[in-house]
Amino acid sequence: MRAQFVLSEIGVGLRRNLTMTIAVVVSVALSLALAGASLLVRDQVNSMKGYWYDKVEVSIYFCTKADAAHSPQCVNGAATDQQIADVKTALDKMQVVQTSAFENSADAYKHWKEMNPDNPLISVLGPEAIPQSWRVKLVDPTKYDVIQSAFAGKPGVKSVEDQRKILENLFGLLNGLQTAAFVIMVLMLFVALLLIVNTVRVSAFSRRRETGIMRLVGASNFYVQMPFIAEAAFAALLGAAMASGLLLGGHFFVQNWLADRVQFIHFIGLSSVLAVIPLLVVVGMGMAAIAAFFTLRKYLKV
Amino acid sequence: MIRFDNVSKTYPKQNRPALSDVSLEIEKGEFVFLVGSSGSGKSTFLRLCLREERPSTGEVHVLGKDLGKLSNWKVPHMRRQLGTVFQDFRLLPNKTVAQNVAFALEVIGKPKSAINKVVPEVLDLVGLGGKEDRMPGELSGGEQQRVAIARAFVNRPMLLIADEPTGNLDPQNSVGIMKLLDRINRTGTTVLMATHDQAIVDQMRKRVIELDKGLLVRDQARGVYGYQH
Repeated sequence: MRAQFVLSEIGVGLRRNLTMTIAVVVSVALSLALAGASLLVRDQVNSMKGYWYDKVEVSIYFCTKADAAHSPQCVNGAATDQQIADVKTALDKMQVVQTSAFENSADAYKHWKEMNPDNPLISVLGPEAIPQSWRVKLVDPTKYDVIQSAFAGKPGVKSVEDQRKILENLFGLLNGLQTAAFVIMVLMLFVALLLIVNTVRVSAFSRRRETGIMRLVGASNFYVQMPFIAEAAFAALLGAAMASGLLLGGHFFVQNWLADRVQFIHFIGLSSVLAVIPLLVVVGMGMAAIAAFFTLRKYLKV
Repeated sequence: MIRFDNVSKTYPKQNRPALSDVSLEIEKGEFVFLVGSSGSGKSTFLRLCLREERPSTGEVHVLGKDLGKLSNWKVPHMRRQLGTVFQDFRLLPNKTVAQNVAFALEVIGKPKSAINKVVPEVLDLVGLGGKEDRMPGELSGGEQQRVAIARAFVNRPMLLIADEPTGNLDPQNSVGIMKLLDRINRTGTTVLMATHDQAIVDQMRKRVIELDKGLLVRDQARGVYGYQH
């Protein structure tokens, strides 16, 4: 097999069919970019989950004097020290609990004041209005239900709250985006496949004289089909390169622009993007080559 | 070289067989004309020899191989051992004479050095020395057919199959092509030629096989085109 000969055949084929080649390159680029984006969003969600779940806690709030009036769990007034100690004893016995820390009303009030310095309620409310709480860190942050069922409704406990709930909404949105990217990717991939099949067909038809002679003089099937398969794979390679460019562009946009404005999110790094690129190239070229191969089986018989 | 054993071929959706119970043998070194009117089964006969079709029943042996049992991926290798020439030349219009012949060697993976050596040789042999760089469109029909024969013969095949090689040529060019095929035959290559050209068959006095409606009706050692003509 002579590389120079094959390469010149590929060049001729791609030029002869330039408009279709462009259509293939663009649609492969878009579908692969979406595939890559969907993979990266998944990475982003996972990395955010890891990052935030390490920091989230389950809080067990105790009744304050003021709660007695309007919370049915707190009809007996403020929680006693004994009740708080009982919860601590129970927490220490639980395997899912990593650590637990007590936050008294004075500390909680101070934190709240620091976080909301402009809140007009500060002057109205004293420390006694802020509930005391156990801040519980779990070994597995998803096991929140265990704490909830163990302590909700216990004497003196006002409520059990999971900070993870707040994050779930954000993750839900990201997962939705990921699904949308995936669906569009599947559709685009399908369009790209049809385009590849059609391009190969047109290409095989426009070169039927050459392929006829090749068969006549005993060129192997591989040799007859190779230029077409290589052509499709080459177009897909261009598409994958474009998709990689789009992803890198997106990455630098996020790093240089979005990261400055949205500081509470830890964005995934360049290495994640670079890890996705070889996958896109392999998937794109493999898909095109296989599509071309099966198209040719129908159009170039022995 | 070629042996047909009770070969029949019926194409799908057709009642009458294109070839019906044909048995014959062509020996090494023979020159054989295949004659018959259109639709007599000549093309089917040649297509079976090239393994472009498989027989419905019976066995086709070419170059010692049972083509009915030859798997698809071995077919290209089998075709490298025979040459084929057609009425319509089948040249690539955008390649020069030399490139057309070289193409046949390139696509079977022959090294460049070998190609550069044998292409001028075979072009000299067919009488096209000095016209290597001409395009097929600049050549006469007879010269184009010589290019096709050069391409078919460049691998020195044991068998040359020609489907009406003079069908598009005037009598003078036809004679030239027949002389060339005769010369190739004298080198030991078996030639099987389907033709409608009565004058050529009568003049050459070679073995004639006649097909009529798919039946083998005549196999004559030093025959003419037809009794009635």
